Amino acid sequence: MKGYNFGYLDEQTKRMIRRAILKAVAIPGHQVPFGSREMPLPYGWGTGGIQVTASVLGPGDTLKVIDQGADDTTNAVSIRRFFARTAGVRTTTHTEEASVIQTRHRIPERQLREDQILVYQVPQPEPLSRLEPSQAETKRLHALADYGLMQVKLYEDIARLGQVSISYDYPVMVNHRYLMSPSPIPAFDNPKMHGMPALQLFGAGREKRIYAIPPYTDVRSLDFDDHPFRATRAPHACGLCGATDSYLDEVVTDDRGGRLFVCSDTDYCASRRETTQAAAQ
Amino acid sequence: MIMLRAEQLSKGFTLHLQGGVHIPVLAGLDLELRAGECVALSGPSGAGKSTLMRSLYGNYRAGAGRILVRHRGAMVDLAAADPRTILAVREETLGYVSQFLRVMPRVPAVDLVADILIGRGIEADEARRVAAGLLLRLNIPPRLHGLPPATFSGGEQQRVNLARGFIGGHPILLLDEPTASLDAGNRAVVIEMIREAKARGTAIIGIFHDAEVRDRVADRLFEVTPLQEAA
Amino acid sequence: MNEPTLVSARGVSLAFGAIRALRDVELDLWPGEVLAIVGESGSGKTTLLNVVSGRLRPDDGAVWYRDPQGVLHDVHAMPDPALRRLHRSDWGFVHQNPRENLRMGVTAGGNVGERLMAQGARHYGDIRAAAIDWLEQVEIDPARIDDFPRTFSGGMLQRLQIARTLVTHPRLVFMDEPTGGLDVSVQARLLDLIRTLVARLRIAVMLVTHDIAVARLLAHRIVVMQGGRVVETGLTDQVLDDPQHAYTQLLVSSVLQA
Repeated sequence: MKGYNFGYLDEQTKRMIRRAILKAVAIPGHQVPFGSREMPLPYGWGTGGIQVTASVLGPGDTLKVIDQGADDTTNAVSIRRFFARTAGVRTTTHTEEASVIQTRHRIPERQLREDQILVYQVPQPEPLSRLEPSQAETKRLHALADYGLMQVKLYEDIARLGQVSISYDYPVMVNHRYLMSPSPIPAFDNPKMHGMPALQLFGAGREKRIYAIPPYTDVRSLDFDDHPFRATRAPHACGLCGATDSYLDEVVTDDRGGRLFVCSDTDYCASRRETTQAAAQ
Repeated sequence: MIMLRAEQLSKGFTLHLQGGVHIPVLAGLDLELRAGECVALSGPSGAGKSTLMRSLYGNYRAGAGRILVRHRGAMVDLAAADPRTILAVREETLGYVSQFLRVMPRVPAVDLVADILIGRGIEADEARRVAAGLLLRLNIPPRLHGLPPATFSGGEQQRVNLARGFIGGHPILLLDEPTASLDAGNRAVVIEMIREAKARGTAIIGIFHDAEVRDRVADRLFEVTPLQEAA
Repeated sequence: MNEPTLVSARGVSLAFGAIRALRDVELDLWPGEVLAIVGESGSGKTTLLNVVSGRLRPDDGAVWYRDPQGVLHDVHAMPDPALRRLHRSDWGFVHQNPRENLRMGVTAGGNVGERLMAQGARHYGDIRAAAIDWLEQVEIDPARIDDFPRTFSGGMLQRLQIARTLVTHPRLVFMDEPTGGLDVSVQARLLDLIRTLVARLRIAVMLVTHDIAVARLLAHRIVVMQGGRVVETGLTDQVLDDPQHAYTQLLVSSVLQA
């Protein structure tokens, strides 16, 4: 496509972002500020993730984009097409074929590999933002690893509700040092971040922050010894592929209260159904 | 054995709010107190008996001279000691019963008395048991033990004060008119307690306005003379 | 009596523009000792509290703190993380207004447990047990553990603040007019509570108060300040009953007798 640099961003901007990414990788879980650019889509649609993806993407890469686990939603389709046009890279919906996966709100069910990069879109990078309004103070709390406040929030949940009520964007400790927001993925996905072979990059466009989890890094969900973290999912099997180990979306099927639980990861669901069909034939 | 000795003790007050006028009260006073003896301070009202008592306790700062007190086997000069030493001497060695009860408000009488033992590490229940026994002996009925003494009569307050003074078993006791507002029955109890303390070896200095009490407990008198007359 | 001091200030001076808030102040505090700083408004007593606690940096002089291992630290040369760690473990602060210290949107139990969690406590049951124990110690019904502080009375809030501060068994607590703004009847109960807890746990307290009666009931020693200077210091009852300095005599004679 003429008139655009490869991957839309100019090379100087990519260099700047890559430097931020390198620093983020060097300090796992630490939020690195970067000069977020105006992108041709509004904040909240993945501007941070797109800038990170644009900066790590090469001509030989194969890109997959998911939104809430699905490849076929508006956001996923438009970002995938954006890079197909501005970078000319191959795109795919198959997790195992992708070298770069940009995601909003999910981690693919299929285990990722060392030669893959997972890029998260992040609306609010600061895990303490709801507890401490002052940014200067949250920075200081990170610097001092003073995370009692977040533990108090968990305590309050258990005291008043009997359990931790956070079902998504469940805070994690990265490499035993930094408290980190995993972006609004379901708590179910948190354990997948721990020791993941793939590089995980997080981009927040509006908040102008990049952070990262290098491969095989220790990532622990915050909890209490006597109230350990538990990854929960709807107690059903997928209505389409029968999976009992995947994260499920509840779909309303008609006007009479009919409901169906299906895999939120569409590629995972489809590939399972293909395998079952192939076996049946 | 000498328990307390004042040497050339002087005390006066400089009243800065009255143009810095200096009022001398005690000058060059020497006093010796032995274990098991009771010395009664005598002299006219205003002669400085209370000032002497308070100086000996470290409540007033001595102007000159020494106040030697036998504490943990050694003589400590209270006139030169730092505050923490004075507190330690008061805790273990030097007890004081003042005329008026000045204590933490809203604290039950029995706790006020037991407090002295608890401060020494005695278990709270045991300390309260001992305190209650002493209050009973001083005719404070059990129904009052759990009440703060602010609402007590003058005599009852003084007996709580006496219990506080005697419970610690200090080797030296300073008694500032311990029987002033007591009836005959309670006076007899206090006389009895003073005599028992003496028998245990306690050295006592007292101001006793009541001649009968003084005669029954004091071994000798120590005359405090007004400075104006002495001069 | 040769026990080493817990805190020592030497030659501490601080000016705010033309106002000399502290002038060559010396101060010692021993373990388990309650030291009252008295003086009228503007005498520098709160400034001194803030300098000793490391919240304000003096222009001149130094404040030394001896840690449990016996190592001396220049409070104002300590790195920020170390000072903050000190403030949430070995030290505590009780403010006149408990709302400054408490989290009003967090339950009583969470407020008490926060310092434990900040120190790394990760057992919910233990934290809760400690919170219940401390609510009882400050005479708050443990049944209120899951209530928000905004439903508490002023005296309860102050007691909750004390529980929240003492839960980590600090060795030194700074108190700024802890009974100020409370009804007299509530004050008395709080004073007794502070006195009992401090004596039992052998906590050193640096207490700033303009109320001489409070100093008399709580403090072992007293420091009288006027115009940024220490004008008199000594045994509490000696300073109050036999004041030597003109200003102390004025201060003592100005107290209303109940």
